[in-house]
Amino acid sequence: MSDEQNHNVSRRQFLTYTLTGVGGFMAAGIILPMARFAIDPVLQAETEGDMKAVTDVSELTENPQRFDFSYEQVDAWVTSEVTETAFIYRSGEEIVALSNTCTHLGCKVSWGSSSDHPNQFYCPCHGGRYEKDGTNIEGTPPTEPLHRYVVEVREGTVYVGKAEPQV
Amino acid sequence: MLQRVYDWVDERLDITPMWRDIADHEVPEHVNPAHHFSAFVYCFGGLTFFITVIQILSGMFLTMYYVPDIVNAHESVKYLQGDVAFGTIVRGMHHWGASLVIVMIFLHTLRVFFTGAYKKPRELNWVVGVLIFFVMLGLGFTGYLLPWDMKAYFATVVGLQIAESVPLVGTLTKTLLAGDPEIIGAQTLTRFFAIHVFFLPGALLGLLAAHFIMIRKQGISGPL
Ligand code: HEM
Ligand code: FES
Repeated sequence: MSDEQNHNVSRRQFLTYTLTGVGGFMAAGIILPMARFAIDPVLQAETEGDMKAVTDVSELTENPQRFDFSYEQVDAWVTSEVTETAFIYRSGEEIVALSNTCTHLGCKVSWGSSSDHPNQFYCPCHGGRYEKDGTNIEGTPPTEPLHRYVVEVREGTVYVGKAEPQV
Repeated sequence: MLQRVYDWVDERLDITPMWRDIADHEVPEHVNPAHHFSAFVYCFGGLTFFITVIQILSGMFLTMYYVPDIVNAHESVKYLQGDVAFGTIVRGMHHWGASLVIVMIFLHTLRVFFTGAYKKPRELNWVVGVLIFFVMLGLGFTGYLLPWDMKAYFATVVGLQIAESVPLVGTLTKTLLAGDPEIIGAQTLTRFFAIHVFFLPGALLGLLAAHFIMIRKQGISGPL
């Protein structure tokens, strides 16, 4: 083959390029919509957790008390009512709302339920304990403090949002 | 780069003869539309396969959201079509493809019939082709119930009545399909789903393999 011919696109090459191009375009047209369809959950804009009304401010004391609150959860085509629990107390001007989910393996903690430690949160599963402000106690299984709810007070009512890690 | 990856694998596994054996054949002049435009009728078999591939792919993706349960089926279809990105497209591919695949298989059958390609030694492949056609009809029938709307429900009511009208085995067939002698409901939907996404596609793939192996062995029938 002479040099000059090498620069020309042969019939075979031309067909290879055009057929691969058109074929690739068609394959992409079929695959891309399905791929986008499949990964939709990852690309859904994160819904901002609504604030949910829990109780009256007047109910709160300096001691953590248990409050259950329910709200509607939309899970694709299923809407259901779910219930969460928060331990809420006053700390001076501040209102503290802690999640009752143990940060070890997810059991439910409660305030003062261990007679040996009346002023701590106690988890019955593996004996995890936390201070009043949620700090996990050294030497017990949990590795981080109880998650803390975003709190808002509107016209005497306490609202909570999402529980977020304290660290 | 691609060439080097290919060479690396080929050096170790000698894959060239494998794909050449499957894919490297001369296209006879009488089936090549570039020679005689009327030869496009030979494309219908390939087009049937192409749409079958689309049905299988789009169907697999639909099952990511679809649930075969009478309480949730319709809601899940509504959700995947209305709320999931490209849902209209993916369901549309499956919905329209289901009709188009029947059109294509019909045209392919006409071509085989009018070119006499079913004659000796290709009788067996005609038989397999007819079985593929029945499996396709089965997929269309069972898939049609899955959206669980009024049209789906009553189409199945009628379809099952037709099955029931068969002498002797009619009642049995109907109960077997519907999962209950009277009710068309919870069990019908799960059965149709299982048949639609596991049993018939499995049968279809087996039959297609037989179809293609026979074509490969016997070659395309000669010109008229
Ligand atoms: C040649 C093959 C196939 C044909 C002819 C076919 C046909 C159909 C039809 C007519 C419908 C109703 C669509 C509608 O009313 O919008 C349907 C629905 C469905 N098919 Fe298939 N199907 C095929 C293969 C498959 C495969 C392989 C799968 C899964 C692995 C699948 C999964 C589904 C699902 C989940 C639905 C319900 C969703 C919907 O209705 O949009 N299909 N199919
Ligand atoms: S889950 Fe609470 S201590 Fe292990």
